[in-house]
Amino acid sequence: MRPHTLEVDGLRKRYGDLVALDGVSFAVNGGELFGFVGSNGAGKTTTMRIMLGVLAADSGAVRFDGEPATRHTRARMGYMPEERGLYPKMKVLDQLVYLARLHGLATNHAHAAAEHWIARLGLSDRRETEVQKLSLGNQQRVQLAAALVHGPDALVLDEPFSGLDPLAVDVMSQVLREKAAAGVPVVFSSHQLDLVERLCDRVGIIRSGQMVAVGGVGELTTGASSQLRVDVSGAPDGWADELPGVRVLRAAQTSTVFELAAGADDQAVLHAALAAGQVTRFDRHRPTLAELFRDVVTAGERP
Amino acid sequence: MTRAGADGGAISATGAIRLVAQRELNIRLRTRSFLIGTAAIIAVIAGYVLLQVSIFGGADRTEVGLSGQAAVLAEPLRTTASDFDLRVETSEVADTGEARSKLEAGELDAVVSGNAAELRVLVKSELDPNLRAILTDMSRQQVLAAQLASAGVADPAAVLAEANATEVQVSMLAAKDPQADQRMVIGMIMVFLLFMAISTYGALVAQGVVEEKASRVVEVLLATVRPWQLLLGKVIGIGLVGLAQLVIVAGAGIAMATAAGVMTLSDVALGTLAWGVLWYLLGYFLYATIYAGAGALVSRQEDAQSVLTPVTMVLVIGFVVGLNLMLQDPDSTATRTMSLVPLLSPILMPGRVAAGQVAAWELSLAIALTLAGIALFTWLGGTIYRNAVLRTGSRMKLADALRG
Repeated sequence: MRPHTLEVDGLRKRYGDLVALDGVSFAVNGGELFGFVGSNGAGKTTTMRIMLGVLAADSGAVRFDGEPATRHTRARMGYMPEERGLYPKMKVLDQLVYLARLHGLATNHAHAAAEHWIARLGLSDRRETEVQKLSLGNQQRVQLAAALVHGPDALVLDEPFSGLDPLAVDVMSQVLREKAAAGVPVVFSSHQLDLVERLCDRVGIIRSGQMVAVGGVGELTTGASSQLRVDVSGAPDGWADELPGVRVLRAAQTSTVFELAAGADDQAVLHAALAAGQVTRFDRHRPTLAELFRDVVTAGERP
Repeated sequence: MTRAGADGGAISATGAIRLVAQRELNIRLRTRSFLIGTAAIIAVIAGYVLLQVSIFGGADRTEVGLSGQAAVLAEPLRTTASDFDLRVETSEVADTGEARSKLEAGELDAVVSGNAAELRVLVKSELDPNLRAILTDMSRQQVLAAQLASAGVADPAAVLAEANATEVQVSMLAAKDPQADQRMVIGMIMVFLLFMAISTYGALVAQGVVEEKASRVVEVLLATVRPWQLLLGKVIGIGLVGLAQLVIVAGAGIAMATAAGVMTLSDVALGTLAWGVLWYLLGYFLYATIYAGAGALVSRQEDAQSVLTPVTMVLVIGFVVGLNLMLQDPDSTATRTMSLVPLLSPILMPGRVAAGQVAAWELSLAIALTLAGIALFTWLGGTIYRNAVLRTGSRMKLADALRG
């Protein structure tokens, strides 16, 4: 399968006076897992709904393989909404066949695809069970199958990992990786940043309807200004506040994280630390995605 | 296993509508509530027919036992009785003992014995005045025939026949339709069935919309079908279920009533059913999108009742007031006016068609107004539905839903 691309360009959306999206742009290439992160209400769900055409943007474009997305191309996307949705009284197999047919599959192909995903996701002995009688974990599996049953050429998943047990997280990760490896662009949102960091090739961070960072996970975390972490026990509060060339990003208990200005001398910090108390840790620190996220999100909240 | 189908992508609009409608049909025709509901309505109608048979059917049929010489009267008695619009069934009675016991048991209404000129009647407590008149008349004819013969009249039978053929001439200012009562009953039943069908299946549309909102499945669906396709498919599917029930129930009712002899106007009833089907379709489509729009305003089944009540109230008022007006006079100005109001036509017009005369222009006007109403309400309901169906949370204000 040739790789596809999925791209959003300058999406804007208002709800009355509330600006939900203010020029959201990013691109996801085939074969890529793209993590879409942001605080609640930042605009992730609105963006994803617009990608699928469930909502209309006020302006901006969604492009699939470089062409503006149409009903035709959107039918070839798989979608898992944040609010999980299935017919509670419909049987698993019937439900998946119905959704596959709604995406344009012929009846026999729809059946084959539904059976395939039922088997693949370990739902074989539940295929004739009503969805409402399934455990929450199994309902999530059916929901994933619903997003995959029509063999989509792009996947847009809103919080696919929320509420999954560790085993189901592994299954979900594996399926997403497989789809990406098959050339499908995969976008998913999540609050589990360690998972995003581990799984994704690229990440986009959205804050108040604007993208504040888009890039490869390594690139983003390396690109962040140089950080220094120093653990000192017995030091008085504020021992690091007046040091030249550095800025305190966070201080918690004995641990302090500094941002080093270009050319600043980290040895001066070490001396100050030794003078303040007993140094138990001193390292150049590459921030995790979670830390990067916290920094860019809180940075915007400070005036 | 990836895309197994043709590389088609989006399903066609008609394909989507058909698929959605099919799902509604499959799911709803199989539900217990549909089967039980249909059976219950048929049972009610069967009960009504049986009631008619036992009360009225039993009352206008008189069982007469004939004893001894009187046995030869069986045929003339039935013929004469039918001239009086009385149904008489005859049977032979062997002796007085049998006569008494059958009269006591209520199996016979009267036992006639003796020869034609001197008839004796034994009854339990009183003799039906009509039967008394018939028997007296038969007796007198016998006596008269004998007298004529002894007076030398060549052909007493011819004289009697001529005398019997003489009738008073009655002229009516306004002829009472002899079928009026039966037509009225047929009309009322149709009004009732239409009221039930439109309000039940309209409310089912709303419930279906709320169900999809409450379970959030609507967002999955709207990622591949447009809101109007989903709405139209749902409305068509549920409407067909209602149509099936209406035809089954009305058909069973007509069959039972005809078989039991309660109804002799099966052509009128079938015509009424045909009009009923047309008006069901008009009325259902008039109300269905309104119900759908109302349902889209709320996100939980618990809140559904509050938005459905106003719509249902319009139907209930139309039904109650309309039915009462019709009972008083199906051709009164009030009835005629009400039956032209678009929201009420679908339940009142078919009743009027069955019960009385409806001018062609009235019928055409009512259909035209209803079609205009369907266009307006489909637009309104569709707009509300489109704007409200993805909003979750508290009940949405109507004005917000219309603005979008």
